[in-house]
Amino acid sequence: MWIRISGLLLRNLYLYRRSLTRAMEIIFWPVMNLMVWGFLTHYLRAMALPIAIDYLLGAMILWDLLYRSQQSITLSLTEEFWVKNIMNIFIAPIRTPELVVAMGLMGLIKAVLTMTFLMVLAVTFYSFNLFDLGPALVPFFGNLILFGWGLGMFTMSLVLRYGHAAEALIWGVPFLIQPISAVFYPVEVLPTWLKLIAFMLPSTYVFEGMRSVLNTGLVDPFMLAVSFGMNLVYLAAGGAFFAWTLRLVRRKGYLSRTHID
Amino acid sequence: MNSKQGDTAPERAAIAVCGLQKSFGEIQAVDRIDFAVERGEILGLLGPNGAGKTTTIQLLLGLTTPTAGRIDILGMDLSKNRRRILQRVNFSSTYTHLPSNLTVWENLNVFGKLYGIKKPRKTIEALLDFFEIRHTLGIRTGELSTGQMTRVNLAKALLNDPEIIFLDEPTASLDPEIALRVRDMLRRVQKERGMTIIYTSHNMFEIEIMCSRILFLSRGRIVLEGPPEDIKRHAMAGSLEEVFITIARNGKLQDMESGPAK
Repeated sequence: MWIRISGLLLRNLYLYRRSLTRAMEIIFWPVMNLMVWGFLTHYLRAMALPIAIDYLLGAMILWDLLYRSQQSITLSLTEEFWVKNIMNIFIAPIRTPELVVAMGLMGLIKAVLTMTFLMVLAVTFYSFNLFDLGPALVPFFGNLILFGWGLGMFTMSLVLRYGHAAEALIWGVPFLIQPISAVFYPVEVLPTWLKLIAFMLPSTYVFEGMRSVLNTGLVDPFMLAVSFGMNLVYLAAGGAFFAWTLRLVRRKGYLSRTHID
Repeated sequence: MNSKQGDTAPERAAIAVCGLQKSFGEIQAVDRIDFAVERGEILGLLGPNGAGKTTTIQLLLGLTTPTAGRIDILGMDLSKNRRRILQRVNFSSTYTHLPSNLTVWENLNVFGKLYGIKKPRKTIEALLDFFEIRHTLGIRTGELSTGQMTRVNLAKALLNDPEIIFLDEPTASLDPEIALRVRDMLRRVQKERGMTIIYTSHNMFEIEIMCSRILFLSRGRIVLEGPPEDIKRHAMAGSLEEVFITIARNGKLQDMESGPAK
Protein backbone atom coordinates (compact mmCIF):
# COMPACT_ATOMS: atom_id res chain seq x y z
CA MET A 1 0.00 0.00 0.00
CA TRP A 2 2.68 2.51 1.05
CA ILE A 3 4.77 1.86 -2.07
CA ARG A 4 1.89 2.98 -4.25
CA ILE A 5 1.17 5.98 -2.01
CA SER A 6 4.86 6.92 -2.15
CA GLY A 7 4.68 6.63 -5.96
CA LEU A 8 1.79 9.08 -6.11
CA LEU A 9 3.56 11.45 -3.72
CA LEU A 10 6.77 11.22 -5.73
CA ARG A 11 4.87 12.08 -8.89
CA ASN A 12 3.77 15.37 -7.31
CA LEU A 13 7.08 16.14 -5.64
CA TYR A 14 8.91 15.65 -8.94
CA LEU A 15 6.41 17.99 -10.57
CA TYR A 16 7.03 20.78 -8.08
CA ARG A 17 10.78 20.27 -8.27
CA ARG A 18 10.72 20.40 -12.05
CA SER A 19 8.20 23.19 -12.59
CA LEU A 20 8.93 26.65 -11.26
CA THR A 21 5.45 27.88 -12.17
CA ARG A 22 3.85 25.06 -10.14
CA ALA A 23 6.16 25.73 -7.21
CA MET A 24 5.18 29.41 -7.34
CA GLU A 25 1.65 28.36 -6.52
CA ILE A 26 2.85 27.37 -3.04
CA ILE A 27 4.60 30.69 -2.46
CA PHE A 28 3.53 33.44 -4.87
CA TRP A 29 -0.21 33.83 -4.27
CA PRO A 30 -0.05 33.35 -0.49
CA VAL A 31 2.69 35.99 -0.28
CA MET A 32 0.70 38.43 -2.42
CA ASN A 33 -2.26 37.87 -0.15
CA LEU A 34 -0.15 38.37 2.95
CA MET A 35 1.21 41.63 1.59
CA VAL A 36 -2.29 43.03 1.00
CA TRP A 37 -3.55 42.06 4.43
CA GLY A 38 -0.22 42.94 6.07
CA PHE A 39 -0.18 46.49 4.76
CA LEU A 40 -3.86 46.93 5.58
CA THR A 41 -3.09 45.79 9.11
CA HIS A 42 -0.23 48.31 9.30
CA TYR A 43 -2.53 51.07 8.14
CA LEU A 44 -5.29 50.18 10.60
CA ARG A 45 -2.82 49.89 13.44
CA ALA A 46 -1.57 53.41 12.64
CA MET A 47 -5.16 54.67 12.90
CA ALA A 48 -5.25 53.18 16.42
CA LEU A 49 -8.71 51.69 15.90
CA PRO A 50 -10.18 50.10 19.04
CA ILE A 51 -10.32 46.61 17.47
CA ALA A 52 -7.97 43.67 17.37
CA ILE A 53 -6.42 44.26 13.97
CA ASP A 54 -4.33 41.11 14.22
CA TYR A 55 -7.49 39.15 13.44
CA LEU A 56 -6.95 39.95 9.82
CA LEU A 57 -3.47 38.50 9.45
CA GLY A 58 -4.29 35.43 11.55
CA ALA A 59 -7.46 34.85 9.54
CA MET A 60 -5.61 35.26 6.26
CA ILE A 61 -2.92 32.73 7.18
CA LEU A 62 -5.40 30.18 8.53
CA TRP A 63 -7.68 30.66 5.53
CA ASP A 64 -4.78 29.97 3.22
CA LEU A 65 -4.18 26.73 5.09
CA LEU A 66 -7.72 25.54 4.34
CA TYR A 67 -7.53 26.79 0.76
CA ARG A 68 -4.17 25.12 0.10
CA SER A 69 -5.36 21.82 1.55
CA GLN A 70 -8.48 21.81 -0.66
CA GLN A 71 -6.57 22.95 -3.73
CA SER A 72 -3.80 20.43 -3.66
CA ILE A 73 -6.05 17.43 -3.17
CA THR A 74 -8.04 18.47 -6.25
CA LEU A 75 -5.14 19.71 -8.36
CA SER A 76 -3.23 16.44 -7.98
CA LEU A 77 -5.87 14.66 -10.05
CA THR A 78 -6.64 17.60 -12.34
CA GLU A 79 -2.96 17.70 -13.29
CA GLU A 80 -3.33 14.16 -14.67
CA PHE A 81 -6.20 15.35 -16.88
CA TRP A 82 -4.11 18.28 -18.10
CA VAL A 83 -1.18 16.09 -19.13
CA LYS A 84 -3.37 13.23 -20.49
CA ASN A 85 -1.99 10.81 -17.92
CA ILE A 86 -5.30 10.01 -16.27
CA MET A 87 -5.71 6.64 -18.02
CA ASN A 88 -2.24 5.52 -16.98
CA ILE A 89 -3.12 6.32 -13.37
CA PHE A 90 -6.46 4.53 -13.41
CA ILE A 91 -5.16 1.38 -15.07
CA ALA A 92 -2.47 1.06 -12.41
CA PRO A 93 -3.49 -1.23 -9.53
CA ILE A 94 -4.20 1.62 -7.12
CA ARG A 95 -6.94 1.39 -4.50
CA THR A 96 -9.22 4.42 -4.13
CA PRO A 97 -8.17 4.96 -0.48
CA GLU A 98 -4.51 4.95 -1.57
CA LEU A 99 -5.28 7.67 -4.10
CA VAL A 100 -7.14 9.75 -1.51
CA VAL A 101 -4.47 9.32 1.19
CA ALA A 102 -1.68 10.28 -1.25
CA MET A 103 -3.52 13.41 -2.34
CA GLY A 104 -4.34 14.30 1.27
CA LEU A 105 -0.69 13.95 2.29
CA MET A 106 0.37 16.09 -0.65
CA GLY A 107 -2.12 18.71 0.55
CA LEU A 108 -0.65 18.52 4.03
CA ILE A 109 2.92 18.95 2.78
CA LYS A 110 1.99 21.97 0.66
CA ALA A 111 -0.10 23.54 3.41
CA VAL A 112 2.69 23.17 5.99
CA LEU A 113 5.25 24.65 3.59
CA THR A 114 3.05 27.63 2.75
CA MET A 115 2.02 28.24 6.33
CA THR A 116 5.59 28.11 7.62
CA PHE A 117 6.68 30.59 4.99
CA LEU A 118 3.79 32.93 5.73
CA MET A 119 4.36 32.75 9.48
CA VAL A 120 8.00 33.73 9.09
CA LEU A 121 7.10 36.65 6.81
CA ALA A 122 4.29 37.77 9.13
CA VAL A 123 6.63 37.90 12.13
CA THR A 124 9.43 39.58 10.18
CA PHE A 125 7.48 42.25 8.35
CA TYR A 126 4.21 42.73 10.23
CA SER A 127 5.11 41.79 13.83
CA PHE A 128 2.39 39.18 13.90
CA ASN A 129 3.20 35.80 15.41
CA LEU A 130 0.67 33.05 14.78
CA PHE A 131 2.19 31.11 17.68
CA ASP A 132 0.51 33.71 19.91
CA LEU A 133 -2.54 31.51 19.47
CA GLY A 134 -0.77 29.03 21.75
CA PRO A 135 -1.69 25.32 21.92
CA ALA A 136 -5.05 26.06 20.24
CA LEU A 137 -3.10 26.43 17.01
CA VAL A 138 -2.82 22.63 16.78
CA PRO A 139 -6.57 21.88 16.67
CA PHE A 140 -7.12 24.96 14.47
CA PHE A 141 -4.53 23.63 12.04
CA GLY A 142 -5.85 20.05 12.15
CA ASN A 143 -9.48 21.04 11.66
CA LEU A 144 -8.73 23.29 8.70
CA ILE A 145 -6.59 20.65 6.99
CA LEU A 146 -9.33 18.05 7.49
CA PHE A 147 -12.03 20.37 6.16
CA GLY A 148 -9.79 21.13 3.16
CA TRP A 149 -9.56 17.39 2.47
CA GLY A 150 -13.32 16.97 2.75
CA LEU A 151 -13.98 19.89 0.39
CA GLY A 152 -11.19 18.69 -1.89
CA MET A 153 -12.85 15.32 -2.32
CA PHE A 154 -16.07 17.03 -3.44
CA THR A 155 -14.30 19.29 -5.95
CA MET A 156 -12.10 16.41 -7.15
CA SER A 157 -15.24 14.36 -7.78
CA LEU A 158 -16.70 17.20 -9.83
CA VAL A 159 -13.53 17.35 -11.95
CA LEU A 160 -13.73 13.58 -12.50
CA ARG A 161 -17.36 13.85 -13.50
CA TYR A 162 -17.28 17.02 -15.61
CA GLY A 163 -13.60 17.15 -16.67
CA HIS A 164 -12.18 20.46 -17.81
CA ALA A 165 -15.60 22.10 -17.57
CA ALA A 166 -15.45 21.85 -13.77
CA GLU A 167 -12.03 23.37 -13.36
CA ALA A 168 -13.38 26.76 -12.33
CA LEU A 169 -14.97 25.06 -9.34
CA ILE A 170 -11.55 24.05 -7.99
CA TRP A 171 -10.89 27.69 -7.23
CA GLY A 172 -14.50 28.78 -6.84
CA VAL A 173 -15.82 26.42 -4.18
CA PRO A 174 -13.59 27.67 -1.33
CA PHE A 175 -14.70 31.24 -2.02
CA LEU A 176 -18.28 30.07 -1.79
CA ILE A 177 -17.73 29.10 1.83
CA GLN A 178 -15.36 31.94 2.77
CA PRO A 179 -18.02 34.59 3.52
CA ILE A 180 -20.13 32.10 5.45
CA SER A 181 -17.20 30.79 7.51
CA ALA A 182 -16.82 34.29 9.00
CA VAL A 183 -13.12 34.32 8.23
CA PHE A 184 -12.47 38.06 8.59
CA TYR A 185 -15.39 39.07 10.83
CA PRO A 186 -17.36 37.55 13.71
CA VAL A 187 -20.23 35.24 12.86
CA GLU A 188 -22.66 37.62 14.66
CA VAL A 189 -22.58 40.00 11.72
CA LEU A 190 -24.24 37.40 9.48
CA PRO A 191 -28.03 37.36 9.08
CA THR A 192 -29.75 34.68 11.15
CA TRP A 193 -30.41 32.29 8.29
CA LEU A 194 -26.78 32.49 7.18
CA LYS A 195 -25.60 31.96 10.76
CA LEU A 196 -27.36 28.60 10.73
CA ILE A 197 -25.40 27.59 7.65
CA ALA A 198 -22.19 29.04 9.12
CA PHE A 199 -22.44 26.76 12.13
CA MET A 200 -22.68 23.77 9.82
CA LEU A 201 -19.17 24.49 8.57
CA PRO A 202 -16.20 23.25 10.66
CA SER A 203 -14.16 26.27 9.56
CA THR A 204 -16.51 28.74 11.30
CA TYR A 205 -15.60 27.29 14.70
CA VAL A 206 -11.90 27.68 13.97
CA PHE A 207 -12.13 31.34 12.95
CA GLU A 208 -14.41 32.12 15.89
CA GLY A 209 -11.95 30.29 18.13
CA MET A 210 -9.04 32.27 16.73
CA ARG A 211 -10.77 35.57 17.52
CA SER A 212 -11.63 34.32 20.98
CA VAL A 213 -7.97 33.45 21.68
CA LEU A 214 -6.74 36.80 20.41
CA ASN A 215 -9.38 38.63 22.48
CA THR A 216 -9.40 36.70 25.72
CA GLY A 217 -6.62 34.13 25.47
CA LEU A 218 -9.25 31.41 25.80
CA VAL A 219 -10.88 28.99 23.41
CA ASP A 220 -13.90 26.79 23.97
CA PRO A 221 -12.75 23.13 23.63
CA PHE A 222 -16.35 22.11 22.96
CA MET A 223 -16.40 24.24 19.81
CA LEU A 224 -13.22 22.62 18.58
CA ALA A 225 -14.69 19.18 19.30
CA VAL A 226 -17.81 20.12 17.31
CA SER A 227 -15.60 21.26 14.45
CA PHE A 228 -13.70 17.96 14.56
CA GLY A 229 -16.91 15.93 14.66
CA MET A 230 -18.25 17.83 11.66
CA ASN A 231 -15.01 17.23 9.83
CA LEU A 232 -15.42 13.49 10.30
CA VAL A 233 -18.88 13.77 8.74
CA TYR A 234 -17.58 15.89 5.82
CA LEU A 235 -14.68 13.49 5.25
CA ALA A 236 -16.98 10.46 5.24
CA ALA A 237 -19.41 12.24 2.92
CA GLY A 238 -16.58 13.45 0.65
CA GLY A 239 -15.08 9.94 0.50
CA ALA A 240 -18.48 8.38 -0.25
CA PHE A 241 -19.17 10.99 -2.92
CA PHE A 242 -15.78 10.38 -4.52
CA ALA A 243 -16.31 6.59 -4.54
CA TRP A 244 -19.80 7.07 -6.01
CA THR A 245 -18.46 9.45 -8.67
CA LEU A 246 -15.75 6.97 -9.58
CA ARG A 247 -18.37 4.26 -10.11
CA LEU A 248 -20.45 6.71 -12.16
CA VAL A 249 -17.59 7.79 -14.45
CA ARG A 250 -16.65 4.14 -14.98
CA ARG A 251 -20.23 3.40 -15.98
CA LYS A 252 -20.32 6.39 -18.33
CA GLY A 253 -16.83 5.77 -19.73
CA TYR A 254 -15.56 9.23 -18.76
CA LEU A 255 -12.16 8.11 -17.46
CA SER A 256 -10.83 7.88 -20.97
CA ARG A 257 -12.62 10.81 -22.58
CA THR A 258 -9.46 12.90 -22.67
CA HIS A 259 -7.64 10.04 -24.30
CA ILE A 260 -8.98 7.76 -27.00
CA ASP A 261 -11.33 9.02 -29.72
CA MET B 1 -2.08 -16.93 -7.98
CA ASN B 2 -4.09 -16.09 -4.85
CA SER B 3 -7.57 -16.06 -6.21
CA LYS B 4 -10.59 -16.19 -3.98
CA GLN B 5 -12.85 -19.15 -4.45
CA GLY B 6 -15.88 -18.42 -6.56
CA ASP B 7 -14.31 -15.38 -8.23
CA THR B 8 -12.09 -17.32 -10.56
CA ALA B 9 -12.31 -19.48 -13.62
CA PRO B 10 -9.58 -21.84 -14.79
CA GLU B 11 -6.72 -19.90 -16.40
CA ARG B 12 -6.99 -21.66 -19.75
CA ALA B 13 -7.57 -18.47 -21.70
CA ALA B 14 -5.81 -15.20 -21.04
CA ILE B 15 -9.08 -13.39 -21.73
CA ALA B 16 -12.59 -14.80 -21.95
CA VAL B 17 -15.44 -12.47 -22.85
CA CYS B 18 -19.03 -13.59 -22.73
CA GLY B 19 -22.10 -11.60 -23.82
CA LEU B 20 -20.28 -8.29 -23.38
CA GLN B 21 -22.48 -5.31 -23.92
CA LYS B 22 -22.01 -1.59 -23.38
CA SER B 23 -24.54 1.02 -24.21
CA PHE B 24 -24.32 4.78 -23.76
CA GLY B 25 -27.95 5.82 -23.74
CA GLU B 26 -29.38 4.75 -27.09
CA ILE B 27 -25.99 3.96 -28.57
CA GLN B 28 -24.83 0.34 -28.48
CA ALA B 29 -21.05 0.75 -28.42
CA VAL B 30 -20.48 -2.97 -27.84
CA ASP B 31 -23.29 -5.32 -28.69
CA ARG B 32 -23.20 -8.76 -27.00
CA ILE B 33 -19.82 -9.96 -28.15
CA ASP B 34 -18.11 -13.22 -27.19
CA PHE B 35 -14.47 -14.04 -27.72
CA ALA B 36 -11.48 -15.64 -26.06
CA VAL B 37 -7.78 -14.92 -26.33
CA GLU B 38 -5.30 -17.71 -25.76
CA ARG B 39 -2.15 -17.21 -23.71
CA GLY B 40 0.74 -16.01 -25.81
CA GLU B 41 -1.52 -14.97 -28.66
CA ILE B 42 -1.31 -11.60 -30.45
CA LEU B 43 -4.86 -10.58 -31.23
CA GLY B 44 -5.57 -7.68 -33.55
CA LEU B 45 -8.67 -5.63 -32.84
CA LEU B 46 -9.76 -3.96 -36.04
CA GLY B 47 -12.62 -1.83 -37.15
CA PRO B 48 -13.51 1.58 -38.46
CA ASN B 49 -13.88 4.55 -36.11
CA GLY B 50 -16.86 4.00 -33.84
CA ALA B 51 -16.77 0.21 -34.33
CA GLY B 52 -16.41 -0.39 -30.60
CA LYS B 53 -12.77 -1.44 -30.33
CA THR B 54 -11.79 1.43 -28.03
CA THR B 55 -14.77 0.74 -25.77
CA THR B 56 -13.87 -2.95 -25.77
CA ILE B 57 -10.33 -2.16 -24.59
CA GLN B 58 -11.66 0.19 -21.93
CA LEU B 59 -14.00 -2.55 -20.74
CA LEU B 60 -11.13 -5.06 -20.63
CA LEU B 61 -9.03 -2.62 -18.59
CA GLY B 62 -11.86 -1.96 -16.15
CA LEU B 63 -11.94 1.74 -17.05
CA THR B 64 -15.55 1.37 -18.10
CA THR B 65 -18.08 -0.98 -16.54
CA PRO B 66 -20.15 -3.13 -18.90
CA THR B 67 -23.91 -2.85 -19.23
CA ALA B 68 -24.08 -6.65 -19.38
CA GLY B 69 -21.84 -9.65 -19.81
CA ARG B 70 -18.79 -11.09 -18.14
CA ILE B 71 -15.06 -10.60 -18.58
CA ASP B 72 -12.58 -13.12 -17.18
CA ILE B 73 -8.93 -12.17 -17.33
CA LEU B 74 -6.23 -14.64 -16.28
CA GLY B 75 -8.98 -16.80 -14.84
CA MET B 76 -10.45 -14.06 -12.66
CA ASP B 77 -13.74 -12.22 -12.93
CA LEU B 78 -12.76 -8.61 -13.75
CA SER B 79 -15.73 -7.15 -11.89
CA LYS B 80 -14.53 -8.72 -8.63
CA ASN B 81 -10.76 -8.75 -9.06
CA ARG B 82 -9.99 -5.55 -10.92
CA ARG B 83 -6.96 -4.52 -8.89
CA ARG B 84 -5.39 -7.99 -8.87
CA ILE B 85 -5.84 -8.24 -12.61
CA LEU B 86 -4.39 -4.77 -13.23
CA GLN B 87 -1.29 -5.84 -11.33
CA ARG B 88 -0.69 -8.47 -14.07
CA VAL B 89 -1.63 -6.49 -17.19
CA ASN B 90 -0.56 -3.17 -18.69
CA PHE B 91 -1.39 -0.74 -21.44
CA SER B 92 0.34 1.60 -23.85
CA SER B 93 -1.17 4.03 -26.27
CA THR B 94 -0.01 6.73 -28.59
CA TYR B 95 -2.77 8.88 -27.14
CA THR B 96 -1.84 8.75 -23.48
CA HIS B 97 1.13 10.78 -22.38
CA LEU B 98 3.53 10.41 -19.54
CA PRO B 99 3.91 13.77 -17.77
CA SER B 100 6.14 15.80 -20.08
CA ASN B 101 7.84 17.84 -17.36
CA LEU B 102 9.18 14.76 -15.58
CA THR B 103 12.31 12.97 -16.78
CA VAL B 104 12.16 9.45 -18.17
CA TRP B 105 13.65 8.10 -14.93
CA GLU B 106 11.15 10.02 -12.78
CA ASN B 107 8.18 8.84 -14.82
CA LEU B 108 9.25 5.22 -14.81
CA ASN B 109 10.21 5.35 -11.14
CA VAL B 110 6.72 6.67 -10.28
CA PHE B 111 4.97 3.99 -12.33
CA GLY B 112 7.30 1.31 -10.96
CA LYS B 113 6.09 2.22 -7.49
CA LEU B 114 2.45 2.36 -8.60
CA TYR B 115 2.91 -1.26 -9.71
CA GLY B 116 4.36 -2.11 -6.30
CA ILE B 117 8.02 -2.46 -7.35
CA LYS B 118 10.10 -1.43 -4.35
CA LYS B 119 13.38 -0.73 -6.16
CA PRO B 120 12.57 -0.33 -9.83
CA ARG B 121 15.98 0.98 -11.02
CA LYS B 122 17.28 -2.36 -12.34
CA THR B 123 14.03 -3.12 -14.15
CA ILE B 124 13.94 0.38 -15.65
CA GLU B 125 17.53 0.24 -16.84
CA ALA B 126 17.05 -3.21 -18.37
CA LEU B 127 13.95 -2.03 -20.24
CA LEU B 128 15.63 1.13 -21.50
CA ASP B 129 18.57 -0.97 -22.67
CA PHE B 130 16.21 -3.28 -24.47
CA PHE B 131 14.52 -0.37 -26.25
CA GLU B 132 17.91 1.26 -26.90
CA ILE B 133 17.04 4.50 -25.11
CA ARG B 134 19.14 4.24 -21.93
CA HIS B 135 20.66 7.64 -22.77
CA THR B 136 17.25 9.31 -22.29
CA LEU B 137 17.09 8.47 -18.57
CA GLY B 138 17.71 12.04 -17.42
CA ILE B 139 15.82 13.79 -20.21
CA ARG B 140 12.36 15.27 -19.72
CA THR B 141 9.83 13.20 -21.65
CA GLY B 142 8.51 16.36 -23.30
CA GLU B 143 11.88 16.79 -24.99
CA LEU B 144 11.96 13.29 -26.51
CA SER B 145 11.34 12.52 -30.17
CA THR B 146 8.09 10.69 -31.00
CA GLY B 147 10.00 7.46 -31.52
CA GLN B 148 11.74 7.74 -28.15
CA MET B 149 8.46 8.68 -26.47
CA THR B 150 6.75 5.60 -27.92
CA ARG B 151 9.51 3.40 -26.56
CA VAL B 152 9.35 5.03 -23.12
CA ASN B 153 5.60 4.36 -23.13
CA LEU B 154 6.29 0.73 -23.99
CA ALA B 155 8.91 0.52 -21.23
CA LYS B 156 6.28 1.82 -18.81
CA ALA B 157 3.87 -0.84 -20.07
CA LEU B 158 6.42 -3.60 -19.41
CA LEU B 159 7.50 -2.43 -15.94
CA ASN B 160 5.34 -4.94 -14.08
CA ASP B 161 6.29 -7.82 -16.39
CA PRO B 162 2.66 -8.09 -17.55
CA GLU B 163 1.11 -11.30 -18.76
CA ILE B 164 -1.24 -9.35 -21.01
CA ILE B 165 -0.49 -6.05 -22.68
CA PHE B 166 -2.94 -3.79 -24.49
CA LEU B 167 -1.35 -1.74 -27.27
CA ASP B 168 -3.46 0.99 -28.77
CA GLU B 169 -1.95 2.08 -32.10
CA PRO B 170 1.59 1.79 -30.75
CA THR B 171 3.26 2.88 -33.98
CA ALA B 172 0.88 5.64 -35.04
CA SER B 173 2.79 8.80 -35.98
CA LEU B 174 6.14 6.99 -36.23
CA ASP B 175 8.22 7.06 -39.40
CA PRO B 176 8.45 3.69 -41.21
CA GLU B 177 11.97 2.94 -39.97
CA ILE B 178 11.19 3.57 -36.30
CA ALA B 179 7.86 1.75 -36.66
CA LEU B 180 9.72 -1.28 -38.01
CA ARG B 181 12.15 -1.20 -35.08
CA VAL B 182 9.33 -0.90 -32.57
CA ARG B 183 7.50 -3.84 -34.15
CA ASP B 184 10.68 -5.94 -34.02
CA MET B 185 11.17 -5.05 -30.38
CA LEU B 186 7.59 -5.92 -29.58
CA ARG B 187 7.86 -9.29 -31.33
CA ARG B 188 11.08 -10.04 -29.48
CA VAL B 189 9.72 -9.14 -26.08
CA GLN B 190 6.53 -11.07 -26.76
CA LYS B 191 8.53 -14.19 -27.65
CA GLU B 192 10.85 -13.88 -24.67
CA ARG B 193 8.07 -13.36 -22.14
CA GLY B 194 5.27 -15.32 -23.78
CA MET B 195 2.96 -12.35 -23.34
CA THR B 196 -0.53 -12.06 -24.69
CA ILE B 197 -0.97 -8.90 -26.75
CA ILE B 198 -4.16 -7.13 -27.75
CA TYR B 199 -3.23 -4.86 -30.60
CA THR B 200 -5.15 -2.09 -32.33
CA SER B 201 -3.91 -0.26 -35.38
CA HIS B 202 -5.19 1.32 -38.55
CA ASN B 203 -2.10 0.07 -40.35
CA MET B 204 -3.30 -3.14 -42.01
CA PHE B 205 0.19 -4.20 -43.03
CA GLU B 206 1.25 -3.98 -39.42
CA ILE B 207 -1.74 -5.98 -38.24
CA GLU B 208 -1.02 -8.63 -40.83
CA ILE B 209 2.59 -9.15 -39.78
CA MET B 210 2.04 -8.78 -36.03
CA CYS B 211 -1.17 -10.62 -35.26
CA SER B 212 -1.87 -14.32 -35.25
CA ARG B 213 -5.59 -13.66 -35.22
CA ILE B 214 -7.90 -10.74 -35.93
CA LEU B 215 -11.30 -9.64 -34.66
CA PHE B 216 -13.07 -7.28 -37.04
CA LEU B 217 -15.59 -5.12 -35.23
CA SER B 218 -18.32 -3.09 -36.82
CA ARG B 219 -21.16 -1.27 -35.08
CA GLY B 220 -20.30 -2.96 -31.82
CA ARG B 221 -20.36 -6.50 -33.18
CA ILE B 222 -17.73 -8.99 -34.27
CA VAL B 223 -18.26 -9.39 -38.00
CA LEU B 224 -15.18 -11.38 -38.88
CA GLU B 225 -12.68 -13.43 -36.93
CA GLY B 226 -9.61 -15.52 -37.76
CA PRO B 227 -5.97 -15.46 -38.85
CA PRO B 228 -5.17 -12.69 -41.37
CA GLU B 229 -4.59 -15.14 -44.25
CA ASP B 230 -7.90 -16.95 -43.61
CA ILE B 231 -9.75 -13.65 -43.50
CA LYS B 232 -8.30 -12.53 -46.83
CA ARG B 233 -9.09 -15.92 -48.39
CA HIS B 234 -12.60 -15.93 -47.02
CA ALA B 235 -13.18 -12.40 -48.29
CA MET B 236 -11.51 -13.14 -51.60
CA ALA B 237 -9.48 -9.99 -51.06
CA GLY B 238 -5.90 -9.23 -51.96
CA SER B 239 -5.23 -7.36 -48.74
CA LEU B 240 -6.64 -6.70 -45.29
CA GLU B 241 -7.09 -3.11 -46.35
CA GLU B 242 -9.71 -4.17 -48.91
CA VAL B 243 -11.52 -6.15 -46.23
CA PHE B 244 -11.34 -3.16 -43.89
CA ILE B 245 -12.72 -0.73 -46.47
CA THR B 246 -15.64 -3.02 -47.33
CA ILE B 247 -16.56 -3.49 -43.70
CA ALA B 248 -16.18 0.23 -43.02
CA ARG B 249 -18.52 1.01 -45.94
CA ASN B 250 -21.11 -1.70 -45.49
CA GLY B 251 -20.78 -2.74 -41.88
CA LYS B 252 -20.32 -6.35 -43.03
CA LEU B 253 -18.51 -8.49 -45.54
CA GLN B 254 -21.48 -9.48 -47.70
CA ASP B 255 -20.67 -7.20 -50.64
CA MET B 256 -17.06 -8.28 -50.78
CA GLU B 257 -17.97 -11.90 -51.34
CA SER B 258 -19.34 -10.85 -54.73
CA GLY B 259 -16.28 -8.80 -55.55
CA PRO B 260 -13.51 -6.76 -53.97
CA ALA B 261 -14.14 -3.34 -52.49
CA LYS B 262 -13.60 -0.37 -54.74
